[in-house]
Amino acid sequence: MNASTAEPSAAAMMTRGRNYARRYWVFAAPAAVVVAAVILFPWIFTLFMSVHDWKVSGDTPFVGLANYKKMLFDERFQWAAIRTFVFTAASVILPMILGVWAAVCFSSKFRFQGIARTIFVLPMMATPVAIALVWTMMFHPQLGVLNYLLSTVGIPPSAWVYDAHTVIPTLVMVETWQWTPLVMLIVLGGIASLPTDPYEAAILDGASPWQMFRHITLPLVFPFIVVAGVIRVIDALKAFDTIYVITLGGPGNASETINILLYQTAFAYYDLGYGSAMVVVFFVMILLVSMGLLVARRAEVKT
Amino acid sequence: MNRHRVRRFFARLGLYFSVLMLVSPAILFFLWMASLALKNESDNTAFPPVFIPNPPTLANFIDVFEKNDFLSYTINSIIVSFSATGLALLLGVPAGYGIAKAKATKAAVLILIARVTPGLSYLIPLFLLFQWLGMIGTLTPLVITHLVITVPIVVWIMIGYFEGLPAELEEAALVDGATIWQAFRHVALPLARPGITVATILAFIFSWNNFIFGVVLAGRTTRTLPVAVYNVLTFEQISWGPLAAAALVVTAPVLLLTLLMQKEIVAGLTAGGVKGG
Repeated sequence: MNASTAEPSAAAMMTRGRNYARRYWVFAAPAAVVVAAVILFPWIFTLFMSVHDWKVSGDTPFVGLANYKKMLFDERFQWAAIRTFVFTAASVILPMILGVWAAVCFSSKFRFQGIARTIFVLPMMATPVAIALVWTMMFHPQLGVLNYLLSTVGIPPSAWVYDAHTVIPTLVMVETWQWTPLVMLIVLGGIASLPTDPYEAAILDGASPWQMFRHITLPLVFPFIVVAGVIRVIDALKAFDTIYVITLGGPGNASETINILLYQTAFAYYDLGYGSAMVVVFFVMILLVSMGLLVARRAEVKT
Repeated sequence: MNRHRVRRFFARLGLYFSVLMLVSPAILFFLWMASLALKNESDNTAFPPVFIPNPPTLANFIDVFEKNDFLSYTINSIIVSFSATGLALLLGVPAGYGIAKAKATKAAVLILIARVTPGLSYLIPLFLLFQWLGMIGTLTPLVITHLVITVPIVVWIMIGYFEGLPAELEEAALVDGATIWQAFRHVALPLARPGITVATILAFIFSWNNFIFGVVLAGRTTRTLPVAVYNVLTFEQISWGPLAAAALVVTAPVLLLTLLMQKEIVAGLTAGGVKGG
């Protein structure tokens, strides 16, 4: 095949491709309808409710931005926001460090590698409610197995989730246990896609494993680490099941994150208007944080 | 040479030690879960704790099914997760194909937004909607809301798979006079079967695990298993054996599926960073 005959057919392919591209929308239409119904409609309706005084029964008068203004002066909401950010920061940093470490380990070949990796992934696949219940039993101050294990190595017992000072660190521990595998998998995918020649050259030059990790692996998989980090931030902000089951925001309000407060406002106090306003603000927060991280990454790649 | 070998030996040792450190929290956790579920009540509340059930008993599991009507909750969960996964495949596989073929990356952004949105934010409006429609207390609202989880997972994974397929085969079919539907049905779909398997497993697991939709939308008879287990906690605070047994019943299908299909699951999770709710 020479260039002169290839060219017109390629051009024909281009225009045909464009026409076909439009026709392929038919395939997405049914899903688009459903997505509009269960994702888009709730969004529009949430915005609508957030500017009304909407309780489950009675009138629903238009109140403008009153619900949003209320949030500005609502200390309970502000504390929930602070707790959410503290919880998120810790539940991103720890799984990231452990996840990258795990990915490096699981990227080298060893015996029982497959089964070890599968076991490592189990916490993120297991039903969150089920594991939260078992953690709750392990945290029991008198009869829990964790305090017994601490006592065997001579560490005084902890109150775990039953004390306002230790509840957030304890929940971070559960979140780390549960979600480190996801970081590991994403970073492992990155390591698997790396070229082998830099490593071969480094081995010839007598580089140590740490030097290879620091100067070859880390820079090359950095984009994957950022993706894992963004996903982790989103998931940590959204954490609900384990916190709800283990503490329900307690003791007192010591572990009440935005998501828990949101649930209480909408489905325990049935203040749907205020709850909707919180949803909107919470979503904007999540979007801003995740977009900020992606922009930061793009800037980093350019420099 | 010798020093090199010593260094290699220590590197190996370090690796095995690291792996042991990494997997032991998961191993110990699930062993303790099983231990709680298989012990009688006096052993479960003993201090220092009894680690190995002696003799192991199935009384806790019998208790769960007899006292808490877990059979009907299991059926609820099966109905909801299978329907939500099946519908998501019917909708999501063609959608993934259409988006991949039309190179409509903007449509993929919508899926990402669904991934970012907290599950609770769908619930307030949908709760009201289902109330107006008089559907609270049936399984339909649960199936519909679970689509929020399953459809994005299926579409996301299928876009990736269809983009990876070579276009020549379908083009050959189109040249031979096939319609685009036939090209999809008879050429692309069979080739994408591994992708469909991955999408099915992940959509099913994340629907099965979902708690938040059930806790708001399920009535007394329409509880799914995660909600039912949570209710065991609230009513039987101290009785750990049945609680652990119930937790094990809920999560056992998922753990088994993960162990059996680990290759598919790892592939799917690596590609998308998918997570439900």
